[in-house]
Amino acid sequence: MDVILFLAFAIIAVVCAINVVVQTHPISSAVSLVGVMGSLAVLYLLLGAEFLAAAQVIVYAGAIMVLFVFVIMLLNAGAESKKGRSFTAQLLGLPLWVAFLGLMAYFIQRLYPQSTRVHFGGFKGGGAAEIGHALFTTFLLPFEVTSILILVAILGAIVLARKEMD
Amino acid sequence: MQLWLIPILPLAGFVINGLLGRRLSRGLVSAIAIGSVLLSFAWVLKTIFGLGDLNSRYVEHYYTWIASGSVNIAADFAVDKLAVVMLLVVTGIGSLIHVYSIGYMAHEGGYYRFFAFLNLFMFFMLVLVLASNYLVLFIGWEGVGLCSYLLIGFYFHRQSATNAGNKAFIVNRIGDFGFSLAMFYIFKNFGSLDFTKVFQQAPGASEAVLTTIGLLLMVGACGKSAQLPLYVWLPDAMEGPTPVSALIHAATMVTAGVYMVARSWPIYVHAPSAMNVVATVGIATAFFAATIGLVQNDIKKVFAYSTVSQLGYMFVGVGCGAFSAGIWHLMTHAFFKALLFLGAGSVIHALSGEQDLRNMGGLRNKIPWTFLTMMCAAVAIAGVPPFSGFYSKDAILLAAHEHAPWMYWVGVATAGMTAFYVFRAMFLAFFGEYRGKEHAHESPPVMLAPLAVLALLSLVGGFLFNIPQFLSGVFPAREAAEDNSLMLISVGAGVIGILLAWFIYVAKPAMADSLASTFGWIYKTLYNKYYVDEIYDAAIVKPLVGGSRTVLWKDVDAGLIDGSVNGVGTRAKDIGGVLRLLQSGNIRSYATWVLFGSVVAIVALALAGIGSTGGLR
Amino acid sequence: MLAAVPISWFLTLSAVLFALGVAGFVFRRNIITVFMSIELMLNAVNLSFVTFSYHRQQVNGHLYAFFVMVVAAAEAAVGLAIILTIFKNRGTLNIDDVDSMKN
Repeated sequence: MDVILFLAFAIIAVVCAINVVVQTHPISSAVSLVGVMGSLAVLYLLLGAEFLAAAQVIVYAGAIMVLFVFVIMLLNAGAESKKGRSFTAQLLGLPLWVAFLGLMAYFIQRLYPQSTRVHFGGFKGGGAAEIGHALFTTFLLPFEVTSILILVAILGAIVLARKEMD
Repeated sequence: MQLWLIPILPLAGFVINGLLGRRLSRGLVSAIAIGSVLLSFAWVLKTIFGLGDLNSRYVEHYYTWIASGSVNIAADFAVDKLAVVMLLVVTGIGSLIHVYSIGYMAHEGGYYRFFAFLNLFMFFMLVLVLASNYLVLFIGWEGVGLCSYLLIGFYFHRQSATNAGNKAFIVNRIGDFGFSLAMFYIFKNFGSLDFTKVFQQAPGASEAVLTTIGLLLMVGACGKSAQLPLYVWLPDAMEGPTPVSALIHAATMVTAGVYMVARSWPIYVHAPSAMNVVATVGIATAFFAATIGLVQNDIKKVFAYSTVSQLGYMFVGVGCGAFSAGIWHLMTHAFFKALLFLGAGSVIHALSGEQDLRNMGGLRNKIPWTFLTMMCAAVAIAGVPPFSGFYSKDAILLAAHEHAPWMYWVGVATAGMTAFYVFRAMFLAFFGEYRGKEHAHESPPVMLAPLAVLALLSLVGGFLFNIPQFLSGVFPAREAAEDNSLMLISVGAGVIGILLAWFIYVAKPAMADSLASTFGWIYKTLYNKYYVDEIYDAAIVKPLVGGSRTVLWKDVDAGLIDGSVNGVGTRAKDIGGVLRLLQSGNIRSYATWVLFGSVVAIVALALAGIGSTGGLR
Repeated sequence: MLAAVPISWFLTLSAVLFALGVAGFVFRRNIITVFMSIELMLNAVNLSFVTFSYHRQQVNGHLYAFFVMVVAAAEAAVGLAIILTIFKNRGTLNIDDVDSMKN
């Protein structure tokens, strides 16, 4: 059962990811990205990360992607033009990319052949209570710092995007 | 006993006069300079009386200067009978010359500078004498060389003076190189530079080692004491003021080489071939320099070559094993040679700067005191008994006869020539008609008093201070063969020299010129000092300077070193130029390079074995 | 249980998603698409964090992923503001045209 779940949503995630990369119009890429995030949320549930799955949907799919779609529509970005000018990327990019993927897959296989197995309900410590407890004890400092980070980001975004004073 | 006060007092004088002298009055400068030397002399006397019979060496240890691995050099001063003789000579004659300088330098500029350098010289010379190991002695050695350079080039606005100073220092340096090699060799073989330790081990060392050390030390002594072939700086050193010539180039600095060889006697007595070389060099120099002195016309140059010749005698003394005779001659020579130079200075001062003997004459009535005192010195140096020079020179010649009779006969011939040229100078200057144009006036008492003291010492110093008896405990005992016939021959040679000079320069004045033209080319060779300076210049100096200029300067320094330094800069620029192409401004290419880097990192980690076993539990 | 999934599968999925994100970053010319590829990469990393957290039976991995999300949100906000500014000043969304840092 878990295997079928995993396979289904994994395939959905990969297909959507390929779509993100392949589509010419940005809005199609954005919608595919939403699909990726949704399937990832299900996978998180499989791994016992309930809070994180909810956060993924709410924050990522619900806020960040919406922001992306707004900006795409604001800029009226059309389909991508055909002209390209990076020699390096074209020449070295593909072989390096293949090498990268190959190396990663190889090392994962070598390091974790058949060790732990994931099944639904195998990890019970991913609930809101546990997250909250860790957040306010072990990770208190990063928590406070990220508050400041968000504040700075807000200010930065406002400053950058406002109209010129005339 | 506070031995350190002996050199420190003149050093204090140097510091005070050097730093503040420009603002002090001449009287104060003189007082500080002379006071410090006189106090040093007084302290020497106090030390002597305080130490009793001085049969053993008295050492004062101050601190360990170098302690590095097996090298252990201490800053020690030591006094024994030999050091006492040197100390008395240095401080005593030094004081007299300081007093004399007040009068001589009264009209010169740079007054405080002169006395500051003179005091500095005293400091270094005293360090040299009081040293109890070779390295501290070397400090004094180098220091007196430095002061010699500073004082020879005292009239620095004269090109000839600065050249002479350079020449003195550079030629000395060659000797110092030999000394340094000797020190290295001593340390390698004996593990120490301390006199006590080295001389304890010397009898046990092999003769080859000792001979090498002895020869290398002799090279150093040749440089400092102006022996063949490194004597060329001394005649040129007459460019300095006359008190400098008297103190440094007659009485004290040039005797440092003799002192050093005498001090190292335990090394030399076990290396007979080295001693033979010392004696041979000494006698050759004595004869050679005397021949040149026969025909010089500058009064100071005559005495300069005389100094070289007499130093040769001292080396003959120590080289033939008569160490105390050599030291005795050192002392008596200090008396009469300092007197001769100071007297020449008095003559020059009287004639307002005239130094050429051909422009003098008949001065004995005009400057009688100078004449009388210089006559005392002249009879002393000629070896007329019972004056001081006779005793010391006779002791040396006897020892030479025992060692190698040919040295005795050459020494006798040299003694004859010595008497001849000294009295030639005396007769040309003080007898006959006055050939110059100046109005001669006698020197002030401050200059005459030291002359009088030195004259007294030159006359009685021989039989008053019996040095071999005094130093009998220091050096190995030797039979003092009293051979009256040899003594008579050497005295006779001196008398013949005086009479010959009288004959040629007083009785028949025209004979000098006719002799000169008859023996034309001999005269010319002697007058031009055997062209030694020219030979050195062509053979050594010019190739060296030329080589340095073309090879070392242009090729190595400008080409290689500058080139490689500049080359580093150029290479960096070139590499930068290539790397600059990476900054294309294109974000995608940057991303590709990041990907490239991460792939390389993964491969590197894999090779380093990170991915071999399970990374996590 | 035989229906369980080995974690190497999760990790492989994470690697594949990450590689796809890299491909998008290197090969696409539209700025916004590049940005979205970055988000894809971040998500892939989040997945691997959570996987390892399961592997070690600790909640720390969840927290790391949480902070990644926070930072990604902030970054998205600021980054899109920058893209807006670039579009206003240069009039293009082609990443190859933004090369004033050349040399």
